[in-house]
Amino acid sequence: MAAERNATWARRLLGLDRRVIFLLVALATALPLLLPVNLPITASPRVRAAYEAVDALPRGSYVLMSLDYEPDIMAEVQPMAIAMFRQCFRKGLKPVVLTLYPAGPGLVESALRIASTAEGAVRNKDFVFLGYKSGSQAVILGMGDGLRQLFPQDYWGTPLDQIPMMKGIQGYSQFPLVVNLSGSSIADYYIRIAATRYHRPLVLGCTAVMATDYYPYLSSGQLRGLIGGMKGAAEYESLAGLFGDARRGMDAQSLVHVIVVIFVVLGNLALFATGGLKRNPLDSGGTT
Amino acid sequence: MHGVETWVAAILTLCIFSFLYRDNPFYKFAEHLFVGASAGYLLAVQYQNVIRPNVIVKVSHGNLLPLIPLFLGVILLGRLWDRTSGLARWSIAFYVGIYSGIAVPAYMQAQIFAQLADAVKPWGTGWQMVNAGLILLGFLSVLAYFFFSAPHGGAHGLIARIGIWFLMVAFGASFGYTVMARVSLLIARVQFLLRDWLHLIPGA
Amino acid sequence: MRSGPYVVTFLTGAVLIAIFFIPHYRAQQVQATILEWADVVYAFALILGSISLWTTHQKRIKTRAPGWIFSYVTLGALLFITTAGVVQGIDEGTMVGRLYNMVNAPLASTMFALLAFFIASAAFRAFRARNTEATLLLVTAVVMMIGRVSIGEFLWKGFPPLTEWLLDVPNLAAKRGVAIGVGLGAISTALKIILGIDRSYLGRS
Repeated sequence: MAAERNATWARRLLGLDRRVIFLLVALATALPLLLPVNLPITASPRVRAAYEAVDALPRGSYVLMSLDYEPDIMAEVQPMAIAMFRQCFRKGLKPVVLTLYPAGPGLVESALRIASTAEGAVRNKDFVFLGYKSGSQAVILGMGDGLRQLFPQDYWGTPLDQIPMMKGIQGYSQFPLVVNLSGSSIADYYIRIAATRYHRPLVLGCTAVMATDYYPYLSSGQLRGLIGGMKGAAEYESLAGLFGDARRGMDAQSLVHVIVVIFVVLGNLALFATGGLKRNPLDSGGTT
Repeated sequence: MHGVETWVAAILTLCIFSFLYRDNPFYKFAEHLFVGASAGYLLAVQYQNVIRPNVIVKVSHGNLLPLIPLFLGVILLGRLWDRTSGLARWSIAFYVGIYSGIAVPAYMQAQIFAQLADAVKPWGTGWQMVNAGLILLGFLSVLAYFFFSAPHGGAHGLIARIGIWFLMVAFGASFGYTVMARVSLLIARVQFLLRDWLHLIPGA
Repeated sequence: MRSGPYVVTFLTGAVLIAIFFIPHYRAQQVQATILEWADVVYAFALILGSISLWTTHQKRIKTRAPGWIFSYVTLGALLFITTAGVVQGIDEGTMVGRLYNMVNAPLASTMFALLAFFIASAAFRAFRARNTEATLLLVTAVVMMIGRVSIGEFLWKGFPPLTEWLLDVPNLAAKRGVAIGVGLGAISTALKIILGIDRSYLGRS
């Protein structure tokens, strides 16, 4: 009798309208943003390695930063850029920034403005923004020793020869660290060209979808650090002592993840109760 | 974004989210707008960042070499008509040849040699050794799984099975991260609606 | 003449392989020029795709296919943004730059954000522990989902190190196998194409 009751309950659960799940996910996203509790964040070793790769550079070192993303994934990557810029400015490092995405300059400018205002950094003295250049792979190859040919002037039209900070900068060999923040195969090009062919230490910040694919390159030393998705960005912010958009979003991340896990567990329990674990998964009713 | 722009972005965001209830004309409108706007933007980008600087500007300065890729590009459009579709084969051949040529040494150096070198480096001691052994076992068994030139039977089948287990763990990890990525984008959209549009949460 | 394109493939492929081993700056310049040419051809491939998109929607309007009225939206947006972008440019501050932030960016990110809802629903409906492999997938995914967010550490201190181990050992091993498999596959396919053994990429004609 109890088993039958359980089965009835389970069948009802399996037939749950998907819009109930949607509503719960929406609430789990919105409520923590409205009423944050700011759960603590501990940095993972890979993000810490990325942070330390930047932190270990001597004052005055140049960092080549390629920010290759557009607004559709900025939620994951833009907080990394802001945190890294601020870390560089505090440490007296000199970021030379570029983007290989046509819609990238606006985002890079915005990140640079936020970070430079917060840390009091000055354009073309503490950092340079070279702007956008088309031909991703060709540009990454060309920066071997032809950075000045690829970018004869900065984003605002100042010739590189008139920027004292850029004196003598020709290509990868002048950069003790290359950073790529990316949401696409441009990350692979940097690994193949900047890290493997030109042997430059490379730190990668990428979307969470991509992150697990790059662990082999960490082990082989082709990557010095990896910042994966919004969680990685939140960890980086916490290492840099900042509280940005990534950390603001982490309560919602936690709650939505818990809801997904609860539904996975409930789905399996319900199917087990109806004896349906051996049946086709989509026979259980409803659509995804 | 300010004023009208924020409102337009917010309304389009809600149009897309309306699909969660069910398919409707607002979603269809936003979906079709997305397709047209993306294609239009892509074309404008290609013109401004590729065709204009690499062909038009150079040719106008007397450099006639860019006429070669321009010609290859124009004959690619021959695919639009049956009679001229054969011409496009030259452009495709050129393009495929380039990226095949780049792929061989790049993959060899970055993905084969570097990864193999790391796979056989000294194992260390204690747990490091156990982990290194597991990595080698997993890596070899995954390769065994992908070896389809022989049937997966006997010892090969057993090792390939272990390879599947490793792959399943990796896919599970990827799934976890994929959920995180999609939720991140959702958080950003909700942040936009609550902060930039409705001003219900404080600014960044 | 019929084998002409294969000769082009062979020559471009062989030249680019050779250039990899020649560090001289002139060789690198040749490579940069060839890649620039490839970009131009790619731009025309996108033009071809857009023409195809145009004719498809034109046909939908002509045949009054279901939802044909929305095809006007696609065609209008395509025509307007292309024209404005070609005439005025696409930089920040231009009309297309502003339209990108106002229309393209929110639409693209919301489309992907929508997947957060469907992934939750799909996980509930289809994520089942049916056999050893599926159970491994499910358990790893659950551990990753809980262990990689702040609440995981709050629930059990062991979650973060466990997720790190999963990523650093089994995930790394599998991804390395995949990377090498993909690498070998890419190299063999590229060589077959360059040497004219694989000709399928040019179709029948």
